[in-house]
Amino acid sequence: MEAAFAAAIGVLCACGIYLLLCARVLPVILGITLFSYAINLFLLGMGRLATGKPPVIAAGAQYADPVPQALVLTAIVIGFAMTAFTVVLALRSLALTGSDHVDDQADRRGHAKPDGGETRGA
Amino acid sequence: MALGWLVVLPFVAAALLALTTAHARALSTWIAFAAALFGLGLLLSERVGMATYGVMQWRHAWVPEIGLALSLRLDGLSFMFALLVLAIGLLVFIYARYYLAGSDTLPRLYLLLLLFMGAMLGVVLSNNLLLLVIFWELTSLVSFLLIGFWPARPDARRGARMALTITGAGGLALLAAVLLLGHVCGSFELDDVLAQTARIQHDPLFPAILLLTLFAAFTKSAQFPFQFWLPHAMSAPTPVSAYLHSATMVKAGIFLLARLYPVFEGTDWWAYSATLAGLVTLVGGASMALFQRDIKGLLAYSTISHLGLIVLLFGLDTQLSTVAALFHTVNHAVFKASLFMAAGIIDHETGTRDLGRLRGLAKYMPHTAVLAGVASLAMAGVPLLNGFLSKEMFFGETLAQGMFGPLNWAVPVIAIVAAALSVAYSLRFVWGVFFDGPAPRDLPHYPPHEPPRFMKLPVEILVVLCLLIGLFPQYTIGRLLESAAWFTLGGKVPAYSLSLWHGINTPLIMSVVSFAAGALLFFLRRDAFRHHRSLLSDMNASEGFDRLVQRLEKGAAVVVRVFETRSLPDYLSWMIAAMIVVPGTAFVALGAWGGDFVRLPIDPLTLCGLVLMALLAVGVVLVRAHTLYALVMLSTCGLLVTLAFARFSAPDLALTQVSVELVTVLLLVLAIYFLPNFQPDIEPIPTRVRNGALALAGGALFGSVAYQVMTRPPAEGIAPYFLAHALPGSGGHNVVNVILVDFRGFDTMVEVSVLVVAGLAVKALLRGLRLKAPDTGPGGLPWSSQSHPLLLAILARLMLPLTALVAVFVFLRGHNLPGGGFIASLILSIALLLQYVASGVLWAESRIRINYRALAGLGILVAATTGLGSLAFGQPFLTSAFGHLHLPLIGEIELSTAMLFDLGVLGAVVGTTLTIVSHLGVRDKDMQSVEKS
Repeated sequence: MEAAFAAAIGVLCACGIYLLLCARVLPVILGITLFSYAINLFLLGMGRLATGKPPVIAAGAQYADPVPQALVLTAIVIGFAMTAFTVVLALRSLALTGSDHVDDQADRRGHAKPDGGETRGA
Repeated sequence: MALGWLVVLPFVAAALLALTTAHARALSTWIAFAAALFGLGLLLSERVGMATYGVMQWRHAWVPEIGLALSLRLDGLSFMFALLVLAIGLLVFIYARYYLAGSDTLPRLYLLLLLFMGAMLGVVLSNNLLLLVIFWELTSLVSFLLIGFWPARPDARRGARMALTITGAGGLALLAAVLLLGHVCGSFELDDVLAQTARIQHDPLFPAILLLTLFAAFTKSAQFPFQFWLPHAMSAPTPVSAYLHSATMVKAGIFLLARLYPVFEGTDWWAYSATLAGLVTLVGGASMALFQRDIKGLLAYSTISHLGLIVLLFGLDTQLSTVAALFHTVNHAVFKASLFMAAGIIDHETGTRDLGRLRGLAKYMPHTAVLAGVASLAMAGVPLLNGFLSKEMFFGETLAQGMFGPLNWAVPVIAIVAAALSVAYSLRFVWGVFFDGPAPRDLPHYPPHEPPRFMKLPVEILVVLCLLIGLFPQYTIGRLLESAAWFTLGGKVPAYSLSLWHGINTPLIMSVVSFAAGALLFFLRRDAFRHHRSLLSDMNASEGFDRLVQRLEKGAAVVVRVFETRSLPDYLSWMIAAMIVVPGTAFVALGAWGGDFVRLPIDPLTLCGLVLMALLAVGVVLVRAHTLYALVMLSTCGLLVTLAFARFSAPDLALTQVSVELVTVLLLVLAIYFLPNFQPDIEPIPTRVRNGALALAGGALFGSVAYQVMTRPPAEGIAPYFLAHALPGSGGHNVVNVILVDFRGFDTMVEVSVLVVAGLAVKALLRGLRLKAPDTGPGGLPWSSQSHPLLLAILARLMLPLTALVAVFVFLRGHNLPGGGFIASLILSIALLLQYVASGVLWAESRIRINYRALAGLGILVAATTGLGSLAFGQPFLTSAFGHLHLPLIGEIELSTAMLFDLGVLGAVVGTTLTIVSHLGVRDKDMQSVEKS
């Protein structure tokens, strides 16, 4: 089961990274979400896989490691805030530039000009 | 302790000055005077109480882990330099009072000069080499501010930048040298280092230590090839030049050579490096000085030349030459300070420093003429003055050395040439400024007149000192010099006699020859100037420096263009590549594949779920161009992640994930409404290949690492502690919840604060946002005419109280069973958001009158107050208390302060979630208006 779990993490992670590197806003947001799924599962796996052993105290029970779970729980909630922030940033950028590209296209054209003038200090 | 005060005093005075208003000129003057005078008194009184060869130390630990201590040392050598720093500092303060009379910049000048004085005292009194480096860097920084004192002037800015670059580079080299020394000696304390000189000299690192130290000293003391910053530093106000370039800044390099002389002496590396650099600087500086038009420029190059002489004396590496080096250090400080001040007076009273325009000033300012004349003669090394004595010693040592075999004769000859040049430029200074015909009427200030009485006082004192040392060297400076030499030479002071007349000997004859040659050179100067123009005009090192800086900038621009592409995917690629390469290298080195930890048996259902999850992730990538499909696949993938959490013993995570998933999907649906429905890729094929390669490598690495870890037995972590203490310590059965609200409550509080900050940032970003709603939905379909389906609206309203009840239930049981503040808040948020979706923002806002931002703030406040409450009971922040309550019908309920904390978390999360999503929803007011029009 460990191998299947690890493989699933790997696939999620690869898909997340690929989307993260896209030049449009929405794939990047989807990529962040997929990547955080992968990370959260990864962290859970760090406590070793266990079935039927929730860390809730009961007589004579065995427990899964509660520490990664506590970490992941807040990570999920903060991940939501992070996603929300990115989404709104993208919308703001769309309103300002009229484009859903992650790079400011006008800026890139300006940079392509062959000059080093702005690198001079003072 | 007095030593500590001595170093701290100028800084305290500077701080006091910073507190005074900019116009309090008189007050600032008195503070500066008092600091210098008090410091001088303190230094002298400490010294009087010490034996000639005594050492006074003061030590206070600072960062013992790295060997850095506030460790100070007063001995003969540091006393000599500290005396120069304080005494000439005091005279410069008096002088500056008149130089900048009536100017509001005077307090700033005093402030910077005091800082500089403190830094210099730190350099010369440090007994810890790291401490010395700190003060050394401080002198570089403050000198930058002093040289650029008039920031409006381009030459001042350029001079300041140049000085900072060169001396700053030297500071870095010194740091490296000191770290190597510390590595070799095992200590940064000067005593320890000086006690292990033999060990250092035999260490393979010795050449590196020596060259780095020399680099530091040569940059600071303007030795060839780093001399060019000093003439550009002349754009500083003259009091600054008089201080920095006579007694302090440039002498810091000399001090370093003297302080570490025992470490380096007797090695060829030292002798040849210092001798050659000194020789070139001595002659080069002197010849450049002769051809300057600016009187401060003449003095600057003369300073370079004299510093070269001192370095050369160290390089000759005989005991007597070292004594001569120290002697000349004092002499040069005295006469050069007075000459800079005289140059400043001339500038001040005539408005120009141009030797081509200045002439015949002796008639208008006879007193100044006498003072400058005597000081110039001291610089030229004329008998009866102090310069003569050290120059004689120098001549004697050039004859005594035997470093160059058959070319030994060259050194005394070069010495005579340099001395002749110094005679010539001294004559040019005196004759050109004060005689040579009547003063021209077109001077900016005509007629010139004597400066205020007390502006001349420092010059007079220094000139009298030149005379006194020249006439009675043994009585004036004998003991000071002997004690300084004793510490430089490690007690091996040779017999020498300081006196005016040693009989007719070779050095005296060399002096006479140099006077004659110098006078001749002076009379033939017009021819010399013609040759100078043809020969030396291209030898301008500062232009080379500028070219070097420009080339560096161009090179940096190339590097910047490679990395700084202003493209998020490019930046992320670098980061992800680093993320793969760095741990990947360590991971590959691990070798063995899979550990021996007991595997979970494979069960078909779970396997199917995992496969489906992976397929859905791939599906998101494949259909990314169709936003709605991608979103559906993503949320389904998220639901499978939820199931995975549930399957692998993490019920809390499953509950959290499923509720967050719902809110996220809602948010994304709102967002994609404004984004293009169809999003074809825009990046070129090579970029996609790069991204794909990175993605595959990253996925492979993450999966492999996960596998490697999961197949090995876990380390004995902190989990057993939490499991053992959750029930007795916090009264909760649900260990995850107990960790969140109790054991790691502080973390949770900070995390929730981050959440609230993100919510506020979203709110700020949405302010004034106007987005045009698209005319049609996905696939060009028209929008539904029924914007709020009745069935959904009715159901949502019915669901609200029921869902709220579920939230309360989940919240209350959270301490003992899966649930808690986070999950309850998300459930409650979904119920509220459903109203916005089902009935529209306008409808919901008119009925749900909650200020969500206030709610979020209140939540944080409740959580923090709960934490603070435990302080009132003498417990640490966020200590929890609990008890059990029996309610009829419901049964036993456990109440704990952690629950109150959880309530705060609930408020914060509900407030934030609704702040974010409901405000995004506000946009659909615009949609309605778009629809209606």
